[in-house]
Amino acid sequence: MIPELEKFKGFSAKNLPKEEPLAPGHRACQGCGEVLALRMVMKALGKNVIVCNSTGCMEIITSPYPQSAWRVPWIHIAFENSASVASGVESALKVMRRKGKFPKKHVDIMAVGGDGATGDIGLQWISGAMERGHDFLYVCLDNEAYMNTGVQRSGCTPYGAMTTTSPPGSQSFGQVTWKKNVPAIMVAHNIPYVATASPAYYLDLMNKIKKAALVKGPAYVHIYSPCPTGWGSPGEKSIEYARLAVETKIFPLYEVIEGRYILSRKISKPKPVEEYLKGQKRFKHLSQEHIDYIQKRVDAEYERIVRLSQMG
Amino acid sequence: MAKRVGIEVSIAIAEAVKLADADVIPAYPITPQTHIVEHLSELVANGELDAEFIPVESEHAAMSACCGASAAGARTFTSSSSQGLSLMSEILYIPSTMRLPIVMVVANRALSAPISIWNDHQDIMVQRDIGWIQTFAENGQEAVDLTLHAFRVAEDRKVSLPMIVNIDGFTLSHVIEPIEIPDQEEVDKFLPPFKPRYKLDPRKPISMGPVGVPEVYTEAKVALDNALKASKRVVLKAWDEFAEIFGRKYNPVETYRTEDAEVLLVTMGSISETAMTAVDAMRDSGQKVGLVRIRLWRPFPSVEFRKAAGKAKVLAVIDRCLPPGAVCGPVGEELRSLFYKVPGAPKIFSFVAGLGGRDVTVERFEEIVDKAKAYAKRRPKELYEVIGVREK
Repeated sequence: MIPELEKFKGFSAKNLPKEEPLAPGHRACQGCGEVLALRMVMKALGKNVIVCNSTGCMEIITSPYPQSAWRVPWIHIAFENSASVASGVESALKVMRRKGKFPKKHVDIMAVGGDGATGDIGLQWISGAMERGHDFLYVCLDNEAYMNTGVQRSGCTPYGAMTTTSPPGSQSFGQVTWKKNVPAIMVAHNIPYVATASPAYYLDLMNKIKKAALVKGPAYVHIYSPCPTGWGSPGEKSIEYARLAVETKIFPLYEVIEGRYILSRKISKPKPVEEYLKGQKRFKHLSQEHIDYIQKRVDAEYERIVRLSQMG
Repeated sequence: MAKRVGIEVSIAIAEAVKLADADVIPAYPITPQTHIVEHLSELVANGELDAEFIPVESEHAAMSACCGASAAGARTFTSSSSQGLSLMSEILYIPSTMRLPIVMVVANRALSAPISIWNDHQDIMVQRDIGWIQTFAENGQEAVDLTLHAFRVAEDRKVSLPMIVNIDGFTLSHVIEPIEIPDQEEVDKFLPPFKPRYKLDPRKPISMGPVGVPEVYTEAKVALDNALKASKRVVLKAWDEFAEIFGRKYNPVETYRTEDAEVLLVTMGSISETAMTAVDAMRDSGQKVGLVRIRLWRPFPSVEFRKAAGKAKVLAVIDRCLPPGAVCGPVGEELRSLFYKVPGAPKIFSFVAGLGGRDVTVERFEEIVDKAKAYAKRRPKELYEVIGVREK
């Protein structure tokens, strides 16, 4: 067990922080699941944090100069490199503390980016930062495509999904590849803490963020973030879809603490994936055959996580 | 007293960074910059320099980590070259507009293809417009002095800009020269601690690097341009202070035997020493030849250059960079613009030499002067000429 987590006291509905380090009034789309998740992340972290933001929706909607939604120190340099920027910040605070130029008190450092910034263009930068063991947390807000540039496919776009660069046509059924397993890549770095989370399970999400911040060394949290604009789903249903993704076993919630998988929520009565797929325009074109394939593969992937969690 | 020692220039630069008490050094190895960062990691490993050395996984990450460290208020140094500098290119434009005073030594090297580890200025010339202050060193002593000077200028609150010191790869980075390594006490007198006006600190949260909508983008870029131009005053003042403390005086443009000269060679970097030898030889044979060397490349010292070279009849400008399809090399272009339609301005002829480690010898300088003299009488067909191209 990680010593920092031994006496971990989680959030409950009764002791949620009132503080909003991410201010309202930003420019996110109606029903944005990503900014909702980010709000929960920031509530969990509080104000004693420095945020390094990758280029993407969250950066754009929170920082149109001269306005800013950030009540904590925040920096944006570019798209692929927030983990490297965080490496620099972390190292700076470390040496400045030694030299008496910065207070001894711990400050959390978070790098945050979308699925493109994390799983595609920024993978090397994140890998480097994880491998070097910087004390920071990386949060991936996964809305499953390049939404900021107008819904292009990423490595995290799910199988069959329609995006502007994976359009279904006579020769294609949409995204032809299975979603890249970024959390598993992070686990392969032997970092102390990896977790998946969903804004539909807000206490679970906030507790995981808190743990990720508490552990010494690198931590990674992958958060499922519904995007009504990109998915073609009703804005008021974002949380519903986030919950359905978990209940259908499409997005299992788990933690990997020092390499040990722990299932956060066992799905004993799973709903069929079809319930999740229907109602989202990005999956509208899929045939029953595709849906059956997705069901089969989702079941298998979930079983794999269950088996990993039984390995102890 | 400062000690004069025989030392490899790269090691001496690392010693200067130690004297500057740098806090964070993110670096990625690339020939011919390696000895600088190797020695720095050694100094950190031995506890001689209390710094965080971040062995990043690429130059792009190096510059990204530099941005984070500098924004958090740390004195930040890195070093790169060639392909590595090109890899960081995306990020290089950012700390200048964000006013993060990172100091970088670039060991200048050719760009691929074909891959070449040897010296020219193509790597830095494609980064001309990144908005950093840039100087070029002629020798090892200057490389050390300009490194200390860079911290002093970059971090000055009136400046707050990143700064590059260019040193020629191998011809400077890997040679052993007699260099006076300054005393810590003297360096401390010259270089105050870094106290940024703004930094990332939860006690006083600020947002850095926001979106620039069309209503503010132009102003942000103009602010950088103004800051870069205004930095010249601090560059000069810091050189004055440097001279007072260390006894070595630097100017944005240096002249050598320019009095009554009809033809002036214009150079940057270490080939200037060979150029001086060539000037001596040509003077001995009765030719009125001199040399102007540009030390401060950005902001360009227009006034100083006009003063130094304006009276000559002919300028023979040597670029160590071949920009394919352009009208001439970047230094040639700069000077043609500077003297455009200026009454009595010198005729400017542009030469490209010393690419990918090709030596520029005394004979080559003589050839360049001969050609410039001939072109002054009869216009050349081309706007620039590559010197020393082998026919077979």
